[in-house]
This record gives sequence, structure tokens and C-alpha cells, in this order.
Amino acid sequence: MLKDITIGQFFPGNSLIHRLDSRFKIIMDIAYVVMLFTASNYLGLVAVGLFMILLYIMSGVGLRLVLKSLRPIMPLIAITCILNLFFIRGSGEPLLNIGGVIMIYPEGITTSIFMAVRIMFLIIGMSLLTYTTSPIELTDAIERLLSPLKKLHFPVHELAMMMTIALRFIPTLIEETDKIMSAQKARGANLDTGGLMKKAKALIPVMIPLFVSAFKRANELALAMECRCYRGGEGRTRMKQLHSGLKDYIALAVMALFFAELILLNIYIPYLGIPYMVP
Amino acid sequence: MSVIELKNVTYKYSAGTPFEAVAVNNVSLTVEKGEFCGIIGHTGSGKSTLIQHLNGLVKPTLGEVYIDGENIWSKDVDIREVRFKAGLVFQYSEHQLFEETVYKDISYGPKNMGLSEEEIDTRVRAAAESMGISEELLERSPFDLSGGQKRRVALAGIIAMKPEILILDEPAAGLDPIGRESVLSRISEYHKKYGTTILLVSHSMEDIVRFAEKVLVMNKGEVFCHSPTDEVFARQDEIIKIGLDVPQITRVIMKLRQKGIDLGSDIYTVERAKERILEYMAKGRIC
Amino acid sequence: MGDIIKAENIIFEYPVLDEDGNEVSRTRVLDDVSLCVPEGQFLAVLGHNGSGKSTLAKHFNGILLPMSGSVTVDGMDTKDESRIYDIRQTVGMVFQNPDNQIVATIVEEDAAFALENLGVEPKEIRRRVDEALKTVDMYEYREHSPHQLSGGQKQRVAIAGIIAMRPRCIVMDEPTAMLDPKGRKEIMKTIKLLNREHGITVVLITHYMEEAAQADRVVVIDKGKILLDDVPKKIFSQVELLRSVGLDVPQTIELMYELKKSGLDVPDDLLYEEECAEYLFDMLTADVGDKK
Repeated sequence: MLKDITIGQFFPGNSLIHRLDSRFKIIMDIAYVVMLFTASNYLGLVAVGLFMILLYIMSGVGLRLVLKSLRPIMPLIAITCILNLFFIRGSGEPLLNIGGVIMIYPEGITTSIFMAVRIMFLIIGMSLLTYTTSPIELTDAIERLLSPLKKLHFPVHELAMMMTIALRFIPTLIEETDKIMSAQKARGANLDTGGLMKKAKALIPVMIPLFVSAFKRANELALAMECRCYRGGEGRTRMKQLHSGLKDYIALAVMALFFAELILLNIYIPYLGIPYMVP
Repeated sequence: MSVIELKNVTYKYSAGTPFEAVAVNNVSLTVEKGEFCGIIGHTGSGKSTLIQHLNGLVKPTLGEVYIDGENIWSKDVDIREVRFKAGLVFQYSEHQLFEETVYKDISYGPKNMGLSEEEIDTRVRAAAESMGISEELLERSPFDLSGGQKRRVALAGIIAMKPEILILDEPAAGLDPIGRESVLSRISEYHKKYGTTILLVSHSMEDIVRFAEKVLVMNKGEVFCHSPTDEVFARQDEIIKIGLDVPQITRVIMKLRQKGIDLGSDIYTVERAKERILEYMAKGRIC
Repeated sequence: MGDIIKAENIIFEYPVLDEDGNEVSRTRVLDDVSLCVPEGQFLAVLGHNGSGKSTLAKHFNGILLPMSGSVTVDGMDTKDESRIYDIRQTVGMVFQNPDNQIVATIVEEDAAFALENLGVEPKEIRRRVDEALKTVDMYEYREHSPHQLSGGQKQRVAIAGIIAMRPRCIVMDEPTAMLDPKGRKEIMKTIKLLNREHGITVVLITHYMEEAAQADRVVVIDKGKILLDDVPKKIFSQVELLRSVGLDVPQTIELMYELKKSGLDVPDDLLYEEECAEYLFDMLTADVGDKK
């Protein structure tokens, strides 16, 4: 159920990946996403895949977790596959033609596989960032990467604080939702069956208590923060400093070289199965 | 006649994964109709998971659950009907309140049962009365009430379903002495008036011994004992050993026994302690 | 030693609003309360819900300001806005629900929160956080996420977050109300440790009489007024008065009270189990001996 979601979870460790500066990790994660969309052929995709597997091995995060992170997005992958399968029109004869309405071309199959793999790589790769970086380091890094925006009066610290609190309270609220759902089921609530409208209506007895409790928590939390002398980002220090060192620069260099290689791959082997795609 | 019967019930969390953990381990148990049974055990002893088996919120990994002689997981049983029969009140039950008025909130359960308007009205008013909620409170918003009142409204919401079995998870947790008393004494009165089978989960031995005829002690997912209160207290040393508290008066009497005066091992209320002390002194006079 | 908290004639009222938000009347929550807390004391404030005890506690570090009268913390008036952070550093506050006080997703980060707010040097923060976590015996959990912890452990993390500021006084507003017996014992043990070993003044707001019995001094509050103010033994011997304001008495005291009602001449202030058992033993042996 709700408890099975692992996206956004952190698994403490002491690998090189864990120890990299979280600011660099965010930049590299963005680079990874760009890379994934730059790879326009199978060879590129395989190369990115191998690179990602290498990173996972280095991080020591188990394969089981990787698969678990994919579970919630399976419907999304399925929809993408189906859309590509049915709507890609190829140049040759269709493999399957039902009354001229449903036509499946070989290009459709290759594209849908390509897209499915790409989405999976996207999720798996991005998960590595949250698996190996504590939420605190993550928000800290975001706060620092965005800090130039402070000059434009963008509330960078407040944004980071909000993210921290949200991350802190997600497990608490999930647990609370489970409890309230059980309590209403004990009163005969029917939360699982019926049409969409009926289901939405049945959720009112769950949503209202959840909001009431969230507001109460927010109130108490604000009070507790006040008691601990919270007064915004001004003059704040941090216990853990972010340190970038040689290892981070090396990692960045490796990433850049890999990226360059991928671009070369695109230039020299432009077509390998994928003539064009629906993104 | 037994109203609840558990046969070799085992419940495992995340069964089949490396995180597998046994919450309830091979529990067999019968509860008689009309019994007032206290359930005690520390956090993680499996008592909360156990009670959720009784109204079908949790399905046993192994074993069977019978309510009123009926296996609740057999194909022809509607699990919602089981929930109306075995009413479960969760810990901090005021967190389930959601309606605009107290009246509407109490009627949520009966409405889900598909009862007629008149029947719902009668039940809501009767349930409110037995929980000491006055007529004028019925039209108020449940969110404006005091903690103790909210708790009683939540209880009335289950009682209005007229369950044969009423299961209460820590109904007095977090309340002050006045709130505790107003909740617990009303549960006891309700039991006396309607003869409903009651299972009361509590961390407080003092509360349990005041009302329960039998006590179910859970330890590490297993039933440590399920017997009349006197018999449970005959094993007070073992109960302390598994990390449970006995009432303060019992501890005083135990200290007295260590010093050489034994007033009996079945003392768990001040009243009984007083009687025994007076008896002991009277005996001394006869000698 | 001097008084760390000094409340003089404080009055506090909540406005009662009608449906349009206009003030129709006022409810008086604190009615001319004066209370001094000497440094190093373990004070319990006992009262039922709605007696005004939590409102009083919130006056001790300037969360609420008295409408009339004054509260001074180590000589600083809580109305003095320029000293508010000094006041909050001197008097820390722990609340009932441990979940709603923990800000960070990692135990040690949470313990560091207050010091980061105060702009303390990173190295010094590290030192004090480790020290605070060791004091509450949560050091080995420093890298855990709060939601993996039990209620008692979470509450100890919340306490660590306060003592990292090195306050001279901690006000605890029903810190055990949501915990199981094990968690309650852990917190009481921690409170006594802070008071006895570290010399921190503790103000414990509670409705559990067995907790109040462990304090140096008990103040009973009812309807916004101080009803009793004495050592625990003297407080609990007033069985009828306590019951009339919706409070319980320990079973030891209750037993003596009942025996007295049956015509025995027994003292009414045997609060602690050991002294109660000892007295009973002496009484029963002497009695039987006499008659023989």
C-alpha cells in the first residue's frame, strides 16, 4: 500500500556516491536527464544504462530497491508504450491491421520499447540521487545552488525549509491516513469499490480528519520552532557544511567526458532503429 | 456460547520479503458472549494487530477467525457486515470525526448500514445518551468540543451501530482524570445495561482491573494468559518480569510480603487491600 | 539561589467571539497568579484540562504575554522584545506531541536546529548536539529518521533539541500524555537526570499524580488560580480537596485515607510505596503482638 513507495527515500551508506557533495550530485543528476534525452539510438541508451548500473554498483544500493522504485510508475510506462504502439505510423506495411483503425508498425514496437526503457532509466537514475543523499543534504544543496536568486528577493531559505518539513512529515501523514482509513472502514465506509465519483465522495471522511490534523500539527510545529528561536534564514549557520573536494571534481569530469562521448555517438551513428519518436 | 473464536491465527508483516516480522503468533482464543475482557501488553506485543483481526480489517496470514460461529473470511460473508457486528474504536478515536454536526457524525455508521431514517434517529439519540452527550451538543460542530467530549462522540459513533462486540483500543489514552472517568464509567454502564461483549485494550492495569472480569495478557505476539483477573494476579511476578506494570497497591502488598506479612496475591484494588488489612488485624485479636 | 522564573499577579483572558467575529465576552484563564520558581527546583504543576496550567506554562518563555502583571526570566521581562531570544534560550519548552516538535528528517539534524537558528559555529554545534544526544541516551540513534523511533525516543529527541541550547530551565507541557508506560518511564528518568545531575530547573505540567509525586514541589491549579503549593506529601494528603477539583490521588494515599475512615489512627501522608509498606508492616506486627 502507501507504505511501499520508496521514491524519495534515503538509504544511509558510506560509498563514494554517498560521500559526493550533494550540490555536485544535483548538477550531475540534471546532466544525466539531459543525457538520457540526448541519446537518440539504442547504442546511446545502452551506454547510459551501463553507466547507471556502474553507479548503482558503486553506491551499494540493492537491486531490489531499484525494482521497487519502478512499481508505482508501471502504469505510466504501460500508457506510454500503448500510445506509441498504436499511434506511430511506419513507412512499410503494418504488422497488424484491424479494419484500418488499429495499425501496428515495426517502428511502433521499437519506439515503445525505447520509450519504456528511457522512462525506466529516468526514474532509476533519479532515484539514485535520493537513495544516496539525505533529505537534509538535498534541501541544503538546493538552498545553496539557488542562493544567487536571493538577490532577486526569491525566498530560497523558506523554500528549502518547506521542503525539509514536507519530507519530515510525509511518513507521519501516510501513517495517519492509514489509521483514519481503518477507523472509517470500522464504521462501514466503503473506500475500495464503486465508480470514480463514488470513490471520491467516500474519501471525504478520510480527507477532512486528515486536514484537521495537518493544521493542528502545523500550529504546534510553528510554536515548537518559535521556542527553538527560529527566525528565518537570516544569520543561520549549519552544523554540516557542504565540502567539495577533488573527488567531486573528478566525478564531474567523468560525467562531462561521458556526455561528450554520447554526443559523438549520436553524430556518428545517427540512425540505429529509431527514425523518429514521439517524446 | 462463544462469540469470538480465533484458531491458530498468525499474522506476518510484509510476508515473503526480507522485512518479514511476526506480529501475532499462532493465537487461539475464545471469548464468551457478554464477557468484559481487558487486554494488556506493551507496545509491539501484537495486541493492536490482534484486535484488528476481529472485525476483518486485517486478514490473518494463517488461521481462522470466527465471529458468532461464522468464519469471517469464507466467500459468502460480506466483510462490512462483520464490521457492524464487531465495532472497533481506535486509539485517539476523536481523529476520525469529520461531519459538520455531532448528530451527523454519529449517524455515519448507521447510514453505512443502510438503515431507515427513523431507525438511524433512534439509534443516534440512544447512543448519544449512553455516552452522556446532551441533546444540545448534537447540533454543535464536533470540532468545538473538549477532548473528553470528542472521544465520547467517537464512541457513540460505533455504539450507534449496535455491535454485538465492542472493541476499544485505549479509550482513555491522553485524557485527564475527569475525562478518563467519564469515558470508562460510561463504557461500564453500557456493558451492564446491554450485556454487550466488550474487549478493552489498555496500558493501565488499574483501569482494567476495575472493570474487566477476565484479562488477556499479550506478550511478543502470543497469548501469555487469558483468565479471570484473580488468576492472572496469582502470576504477578511473571507479569512484572515480562515488563508490565501492576497497580501501585499490588506493589505495596508485594513489598509487605517480602517483609514477611502475606495478605494474598489477589490484591489489585485499594478496597480489597483495606479489607485484607482489617481482616488480618481482626484475626490477630482472636489469637 | 535566586528565582529563575518570577510570575507576578498575571491575568490572562481569551476573547469569546460570536459568529460574526465580534467579541462578546472574555474567559479568564489565569486569574491573578503569582509564582516563583527557584533555580534548580523540580516543580510539578498539577491540574485537570482547562485549569489554566498550559496557559501558565506558555507565559514562562514569552509565547504568551500576560494582560496584566509580569513575568521575568532571570531578570528579563518577557514583554521586552529585544531579549526574547535570550529568554527562549534560558527557558526551553517541550510539548505534548513529540511528532509535532521534530523539524528535521534526521535525529542529529533536529537536535542542531535551535543552535543553527542561533548562529552558533558549526564545530560548536556538533559538540553540543553530541553532548545533548548522549544526555538523553539517544546518541546511537543520531542518524535515524524520527519516524523509525518509538514515542518515548521521539520525545527524548525533542528534549535533546532543547538542552542543546543549554537552557537553565525546561518547561514541559504534558510531555508524557501521549506515551505508553515505557515511554513515560523513560521521560521521567530523563527529567530527573536533567534536574539532579545537570542542575537544570524543571517545570513539569501534568495531570498524572504519580509524576507530580516525584517532584520537589507541587502546585495545584484550578480555575486559573493556585489552589495548593507545597511538597508532594502535603499536597496528596488532602484527598477530598484534590478529588473535588477532578484530580486523583496515588493508591498509597487512598489506602491510608480509607483505613482512617474505618477508624484506624494512621498518618495521611504516606505517599511513597516503601514507606507505606513499612508503616503497614509495623502496624500489623505491633497490632498482632499487642493482642497476643
